[in-house]
Amino acid sequence: MKALRTIRRYFRDAVKGVVRNFSLSLASISCITITLVVVATSIIISYNVENFAESIRQDVTIVIFLDSDATEEDRNRIEESIRNTGNVESLIFKSKQESAEDARNENEIFSTIVDGWTDDTNPLLDSFMLKVKDVEKIKENAEDIKELDKVNSVNYGEDIVDQLITVFKVVEKIAIGAVVALIVVTAFLISNTIKLAIFSRRTEIEIMRLVGASNISIKVPFILEGLFLGIIGSIIPIIIMIYGYISLYDFFDGKLFSSSLAQLIEPYPFVYLASLLLLGIGMLVGMFGSWRAVRKYLKV
Amino acid sequence: MELIRIADVQKTYKNGVVALYDFNLSIKKGEFVFIIGASGSGKSTLIKMLYRAEKPEKGSIIIGGINVAKLKDRKVYILRRKLGVVFQDFKLLPKLTVFENVAFAMEVFGCDKNEIQKRVMQVLDLVGLKHKVRQYPNQLSGGEQQRVVIARAIVNKPKLLICDEPTGNLDPDTSMEIMKVLDNINRMGTTVIMATHDRDIVNRMQKRVIVIEEGKLVKDYERGQYYHEGAKNY
Repeated sequence: MKALRTIRRYFRDAVKGVVRNFSLSLASISCITITLVVVATSIIISYNVENFAESIRQDVTIVIFLDSDATEEDRNRIEESIRNTGNVESLIFKSKQESAEDARNENEIFSTIVDGWTDDTNPLLDSFMLKVKDVEKIKENAEDIKELDKVNSVNYGEDIVDQLITVFKVVEKIAIGAVVALIVVTAFLISNTIKLAIFSRRTEIEIMRLVGASNISIKVPFILEGLFLGIIGSIIPIIIMIYGYISLYDFFDGKLFSSSLAQLIEPYPFVYLASLLLLGIGMLVGMFGSWRAVRKYLKV
Repeated sequence: MELIRIADVQKTYKNGVVALYDFNLSIKKGEFVFIIGASGSGKSTLIKMLYRAEKPEKGSIIIGGINVAKLKDRKVYILRRKLGVVFQDFKLLPKLTVFENVAFAMEVFGCDKNEIQKRVMQVLDLVGLKHKVRQYPNQLSGGEQQRVVIARAIVNKPKLLICDEPTGNLDPDTSMEIMKVLDNINRMGTTVIMATHDRDIVNRMQKRVIVIEEGKLVKDYERGQYYHEGAKNY
């Protein structure tokens, strides 16, 4: 009963703290709001970059051409060797007839050329289309496969893929670094704002200590207050995030540069997850800020 | 029965000023003790050490079985719950009413609402402020504010009431009213320790008087022995 009363008092004091010191609360709230808007933007950008990178990775295909005299046996042996690398997402065999058929459907010029071929004169080669699980090992795999008997050539657009992988790795690291740095900076910024708010209430803390309030019972309402400030401060960023991203997505029709590779992330459930993340960051940062700020006044 | 025992206490501030030196004092339960001395004599340091706002570097201060000199920061509240403190500058919360200011001291313990209501009205009656419960501190006179502070200090029924120049900001008549309130509280069994500059009050009250000079206890007058000729104030 006493514990329940204490918890109720903690909450009541925290709410009172926000309301009674409204101008300073407002300063803390706007501080959280502004930084969370920036964090939200970074989240949207970094997740989408990650998404582009992922879709490009999934699209990378190694084409393995077999020698023209490769037998059915060779084909099975090569297929088994490729599967044994353990890095196979999908592996499709494409015979030279199928390749010819594809070429025929490509355009009319090809179609007339291909029409002139028979099975024996078909100059195309049998091939495997390999999609790998881990694109970072693609170079290694390609070289191993090239060494296999009766493999004519291996092709995966080496240079472009290598470069893209490097670029995406860098972009990803920068984006994550930026988000983390922003969150840390926000935490300290908010801590200082709340410190200012608490500074004006140091008499209150002093009196609480004088009448025999334990450190915990002084800290908890302030930390809850920080939590409330964090929650209130994340409302606007969340609204901006949800409506902003949805209208952005609709405006671009789901893709940038009308490329099927640069797909934007589907708004649902992305915006909800990101909103939860923002709320979480706001709450943590608010609590951390209060905790750091109130600690200083509990020494006397 | 002994309530406070101070033994071999020494306190030096960081700038090298020795505030108290080789200090010994014993106070019994139910006593009313004045501590007098000029500014800078170490009077305030002694008072602050009693409620553990300062820590001695040597010696022991035992209050009701707690060694205050060795009390850790996070355990200070255990001591503070056993005593009440009254200040010269009141230290009331301006945004709370008289009632809330007093109730505040009970709320931090998680007391029951009805209990708080009853007890707060009781102590406000005791200090003669029952009719001003809804007012804010800045609507009260200095003497009334000090009475609120006293009410807050005794609301949790402490064994010891520490007063650091409670009449320092008040005129002589108001000061005497405050002294009556403190005397009343003392008569009900609470030990009262009061630091003051005001010799007139000390003369009139005729209690035990401890004189501190340059960090040392120089005189300890029993009840009724102290009288200072003519002097009003230091």
